[in-house]
Amino acid sequence: MSENIENIPNNEANSNQESSEASRRKFLKFGVLAAGLTVVGGGLQKAFSDDTKKDTSGKKVKVMTTDGKLMEVDVSHIKPAAHCCSSSKESREGIPGKKFVMVIDLSRCKDALKCQKACQKHHLLPEQDKWLKVFKMQETEETAPYWMPKPCLHCDKPPCVKVCPVDATFKRSDGIVLIDNERCIGCRFCMAACPYSTRVFNWEEPKVPEAFANATYSPETSVPRKKGTVEKCDFCPDMLRQGKLPHCVAACPNGVYYFGNRNEDMVTNGDETVSLSQLLKDKAGYRYLEALGTEPSVYYLPPANRIFPFKDREVEGEKPKENTEKKG
Amino acid sequence: MRDIIKPKNDAESIEMLHKFNQDMLPHKFGKLGKAWVVFLLIVIAFGLYNYTKQLRFGLSVTGLGDTVSWGIYISNFVFFVAISLVGSLITAVLRLLGISWRSPITRIAEVIAVASIVFAGLIIIVDMGRPDRLLNMFMYGRIQSPIVWDVIVVMTYMSISVLFLYFPLLPGIAYCRDHLKNIPKWQKWMYKFLALNWQNRRGQYELVKKAETILAIMIIPVALSIHTVTSWLFETTFRPGWDSTNFGAYFVSGAFMLGAGGVVCAMYILLRFNPKFNQYITFKHFDRMGRLLVLLSLIYFYFTVNEYMMPGYKMKGDEAAHLTELFAGKYAFMFWGVQIVGMIIPICLLFFKRFRKPFPMFIISICVIVGAWFKRFLIVIPTMLHPFLPMQEITEASKVYNPTLPEWSITAASLAGATLIITLFVRYFPIISIWELAEERGVDHDLIYEHLND
Ligand code: SF4
Ligand code: SF4
Repeated sequence: MSENIENIPNNEANSNQESSEASRRKFLKFGVLAAGLTVVGGGLQKAFSDDTKKDTSGKKVKVMTTDGKLMEVDVSHIKPAAHCCSSSKESREGIPGKKFVMVIDLSRCKDALKCQKACQKHHLLPEQDKWLKVFKMQETEETAPYWMPKPCLHCDKPPCVKVCPVDATFKRSDGIVLIDNERCIGCRFCMAACPYSTRVFNWEEPKVPEAFANATYSPETSVPRKKGTVEKCDFCPDMLRQGKLPHCVAACPNGVYYFGNRNEDMVTNGDETVSLSQLLKDKAGYRYLEALGTEPSVYYLPPANRIFPFKDREVEGEKPKENTEKKG
Repeated sequence: MRDIIKPKNDAESIEMLHKFNQDMLPHKFGKLGKAWVVFLLIVIAFGLYNYTKQLRFGLSVTGLGDTVSWGIYISNFVFFVAISLVGSLITAVLRLLGISWRSPITRIAEVIAVASIVFAGLIIIVDMGRPDRLLNMFMYGRIQSPIVWDVIVVMTYMSISVLFLYFPLLPGIAYCRDHLKNIPKWQKWMYKFLALNWQNRRGQYELVKKAETILAIMIIPVALSIHTVTSWLFETTFRPGWDSTNFGAYFVSGAFMLGAGGVVCAMYILLRFNPKFNQYITFKHFDRMGRLLVLLSLIYFYFTVNEYMMPGYKMKGDEAAHLTELFAGKYAFMFWGVQIVGMIIPICLLFFKRFRKPFPMFIISICVIVGAWFKRFLIVIPTMLHPFLPMQEITEASKVYNPTLPEWSITAASLAGATLIITLFVRYFPIISIWELAEERGVDHDLIYEHLND
């Protein structure tokens, strides 16, 4: 945790110098205002949202919430924003010794969309750009519909990486496929090449919240987002570097997502930690569109013996069209 | 239109050379020509205005979205690359085959090739989300990417085509330099600069001829590559409709057909524009081009049948949805329209001699060109509308593709730009190569060297 704290001033230095007025506004906007300290702030996100059982360091800071209440919190609860991480060069390396995999248990998904919400929030995504999509799938009319969450599958033979003309999208040693938005030329070849409708494009100047406008860009966070470049689910490498789970995994109330390191043959959904190979064996795991040879790092467990009855979305304007897809 | 006259003796030959020179001398446009240029400039200006908008607001000014992420910019790019193949067809293939009637139309073909390949390059930059990072292509270029292959072959083709246009043009430029009086200073300077001190020496001609032969051989594989590689931009993906092994041949054959159509169209306009040309571009040329066009269309027809009929017979899962959309769905009208009007009717008509006359050929060539543009649209867009996963979790707007006004306008500007290059070329340079034409008519080499620049 001390590492996190160290990062704060780093990040703050430039924005504070530039305009203290601007920084003031952005604190308010982002929920927490650093009152006592001068050099804590821009990086503050909702500080208490997910990390509740952390060690405390004993040092206290006064912060103000949006509704004007002053409260005292432990320094270790103040989390820097995700954008404090690796440089473009480091981002290409990957975390040593890891090979990240995800298993998505379709039998547990009830379209709660908590994963998507967390993803949108932490990656500062606007409503229309979804890195994590939850599809309503139905193989044929006679078979039952089910929900299928789909992040980037971080293919081991990624067709998107193969076609990129400038090495802007790349595969790391830990299996993660990332995009360097400072290099991407916006040709969108990778979007045409990805068979999983994963990539989204910044068709216009993205609205970057003020607090993040001056953040140092890192491919591991994609913050701040950039016009005319492509982006997608990144498996939250900034979280992984801190030894935490990706936001979607942590947010799911139903334990749909298992995440882990294939080299250790372990995956966890936050509640239980299981053997990856055993899980895939027991529940007949498969990969989506296996026939294409893209070798995804994301496995699915079939939607058999579901724990929730299927309930269609009501409000959404999207009446899912008949899907004739076969699973891998 | 008269028959081709061959000179009987030296005196006649010299007289012929002089006459050629006089006829070919570029001259000022009339009212119609000027109006045409102004029209093109307006289209270009409006396109440029819209492009500045696109630079400011990003590609959001287009109808593109996360589903259809490649639209008419890309299909227009394919169109440009396709039509530029004509340079190699008429100048190189016919040359190596020793076809004798080609001289009066080689330069037209080459100008079309150069103008369209230049705009192919430009329109692809227009399509980029970050044109400011163009140099990344050279700094970080990855040879594994078909885009890099495309950049390499397109640039090579552009260079060869420019040289192929330029070298045989040298005597013509020199003639303009020496004989065009009462022209503005810049124009004089331009001819002087471009003529590279051409003096009609035997050695110079021999050099040009040697260079031409080398270029003619080089340009054929490069031309085949540009369009094959362009087809690979699609073929390297898994998408239904693009996942075809037939694409290279399908694209190249379509390009040759389109290119021949483009030349016929230009031939007819030149005749209208300057009636003197009817001694050079004759009925015979239209007839021959008609036959060539029918042959090329039949080859294209063959590959088209391969491309659609076999997948249509199998109707494999994802492919079926795509094909149904083309054959009987939203794009059926366009699909059958371009197949019938842009290919089948031209083939049928061109079998008959009476349709291989200038005016009917002109109409047919327009059908071929317009059909070809929409064919490229049909290759790119409907496939993008059939991703593997259902179209969910995206905005309603990105489930369809309707090109916007700025998009159309920028596309139109690129077409107008290519047309403007061709138009201005005709205005300032002899559009028929005089010395090659004289050689074709049997004038002795020495006479040409001696008297061409009289
Ligand atoms: S799912 Fe798509 S974007 Fe992700 S690695 Fe595979 S091909 Fe690339
Ligand atoms: S859009 Fe960017 S990441 Fe995708 S292929 Fe082009 S340059 Fe690479």
